[in-house]
Amino acid sequence: MPHMTMIEAIRDAHDIAMDRDERVVVFGEDVGFFGGVFRCTAGLQKKYGATRCFDTPISELGIVGTAIGMAANDMRPVVEVQFADYMYPAYDQLVSEAARLRYRSAGEFTCPIVVRMPTGGGIFGAQTHSQSPEALFTHVAGLKTVVPSTPADAKGLLLAAIEDPDPVIFLEPKRIYNGPFDGHHDRPLVGWKKHELGEVPEGHTPVPLGKAALRAEGDDLTIVTYGTMVHVALGVVAGAGLSADVIDLRTLVPLDIDAVVASVKRTGRCLVLHEATLTSGFGAELAAQVQEACFYHLEAPVKRVAGWDTPYPHAGEWDYFPGPERLLRNIEALLEA
Amino acid sequence: MATAKSAKKSNTSKEELLEHYREMLLIRRFEEKAGQLYGMGLIGGFCHLYIGQEAVVVGLEAAAEEGDKRVTSYRDHGHMLACGMDPKGVMAELTGREGGYSKGKGGSMHMFSTEKHFYGGHGIVGAQVPIGAGLAFADKYLGNDRVTFTYFGDGAANQGQVAETYNMAELWDLPVIFVIENNQYAMGTSMKRATKSPSLWERGAAYGIEGEEVDGMDVLAVKAAGEKAIAHCRAGKGPYILEMKTYRYRGHSMSDPAKYRTREEVQKMRDEKDPIEHVRDLLIQGKHASEDDLKAVDKEIKQIVNDAADFARESPEPALDELWTDIYA
Ligand SMILES: Cc1ncc(C[n+]2csc(CCOP(=O)(O)OP(=O)(O)O)c2C)c(N)n1
Ligand SMILES: [Mg+2]
Repeated sequence: MPHMTMIEAIRDAHDIAMDRDERVVVFGEDVGFFGGVFRCTAGLQKKYGATRCFDTPISELGIVGTAIGMAANDMRPVVEVQFADYMYPAYDQLVSEAARLRYRSAGEFTCPIVVRMPTGGGIFGAQTHSQSPEALFTHVAGLKTVVPSTPADAKGLLLAAIEDPDPVIFLEPKRIYNGPFDGHHDRPLVGWKKHELGEVPEGHTPVPLGKAALRAEGDDLTIVTYGTMVHVALGVVAGAGLSADVIDLRTLVPLDIDAVVASVKRTGRCLVLHEATLTSGFGAELAAQVQEACFYHLEAPVKRVAGWDTPYPHAGEWDYFPGPERLLRNIEALLEA
Repeated sequence: MATAKSAKKSNTSKEELLEHYREMLLIRRFEEKAGQLYGMGLIGGFCHLYIGQEAVVVGLEAAAEEGDKRVTSYRDHGHMLACGMDPKGVMAELTGREGGYSKGKGGSMHMFSTEKHFYGGHGIVGAQVPIGAGLAFADKYLGNDRVTFTYFGDGAANQGQVAETYNMAELWDLPVIFVIENNQYAMGTSMKRATKSPSLWERGAAYGIEGEEVDGMDVLAVKAAGEKAIAHCRAGKGPYILEMKTYRYRGHSMSDPAKYRTREEVQKMRDEKDPIEHVRDLLIQGKHASEDDLKAVDKEIKQIVNDAADFARESPEPALDELWTDIYA
């Protein structure tokens, strides 16, 4: 199997989807001519022409809103919002229109769009280039929310998202575009090309939405996470020689709660980990569901480890970020509880 | 050529010309230093340099009076220096230190000064535009005879918030000057690839807002246009649009492969339209200053910028609990 970076894998998914279905169009700011600020759409305009891969003005509301109209009229738009932090002007269209077209029309109109956005921190982006707004989407019935953590998943989940009949928010953790960042910012990053998780199957290989992946297996606790934090968790588990299940959710909605429950019932301890701020983060939903389904199996309260309840700071990024040290401290506390 | 034009009509005093020269040079040298510190790893993340566009803020600040307000985007270092904010505090914010204007919490794109009536520094494209109208609304409401300069780019001009703001600003006759810094590119997208409008200021007509295009590389033309716009606003005639034709020499932010324009295009601008060279020529040709006089200015600026860089290096990082403050009152 070839190795790819997450960027190349995303490009590959676009390419395959555009090749298979003429209704797929790709657009956003600097997406066409330049190929995207992170290069995720490089080469598509050249291959498929500017009618299928094109640039837009800086108009997020317009980008998402027009995509919704296209989708309702039998196209399959895949749009990029350059950073998840820029989606707020488009949020009204996502919540009030994309998520509700199907319900409002009793199934007459649907909205098969994909909105891709680089998410998360770890790149010194401060408050307008680092946010993890996934909970703002998972809170909205009618939207699906996907967060891949490997190149193969990025490709497979994106293909599935494009083929899905409903609106999908596709959050790409930008810190792991080039390699599985384990939170040790002072160590060199091993690129995907040299990493076992960098293998990407060729051809049309969708990964179904709503199925978690077990990234490590163990008996003492269950770590439930997604995106960049999967690699932080794997690093800590391996580094400290822990025996833990590491569950990579891959999609938050639909949620593979069965996989989580099965694991927690076995280990008896659960830690939920995400980069987003703690309060009302997706971890709160996970903790509630685990508590409901596993109450009599739990040996300690569910623990949440997350970003600070502050705006993302310019200075002190590695204090804000729930890195290896904070994670290990919390795991130890959970194991002792 | 604009350079020749304003050279002829210039009856600007020697002191004023020297001041323009000094201020523009301060911005340029400051930005060059920021670029160096970035290269050395002392500044991280996003950093948008203003080099090439200096005449816009310097000309408008020369027209502004105490109490007038300004709000802009993330390309904000020049605006802060031109309105008199301390280069040390600006540079220390870039390096994320306690001595920075936002104590290291905001970074390059997010700084404020109530003392200098500078309302940011905003990282989201277009977000500052309605805020500018709100600042102007408050001045009008409170009976202050002040105007607000609301700066934004050619790319930002296509954001929906701008259209909404134009309509409200004219509807309520707000004393706001919309300054479109048209440097012809929004990241890698040239204006031609983002709109079919031949000019941006003319869009105001749809809302009843007057405006004009200005040679934004000519500080004297900018100042004159600023004075006219201010008079319009202070007379209670509502908003005014100034479309500054300008140019950024450097990349959009610090990593920019620059595939969207040619080296020749940038070089031509530098050679033929540079705003600092223009004033330098006026000073020398008008015998207002000797090469030695200008060298002395260069030296003084160099010192200010070096001091700012030293301060930004030496100021400590903010304490951890500082990062938990200023979230609520
Ligand atoms: C809402 C939003 N969308 C996109 C971006 C990313 N972005 C930052 S600057 C920029 C280009 C803006 O161009 P322009 O308004 O012309 O200003 P200039 O950079 O030329 O000063 C873009 C697309 C952003 N910061 N905010
Ligand atoms: Mg521009």
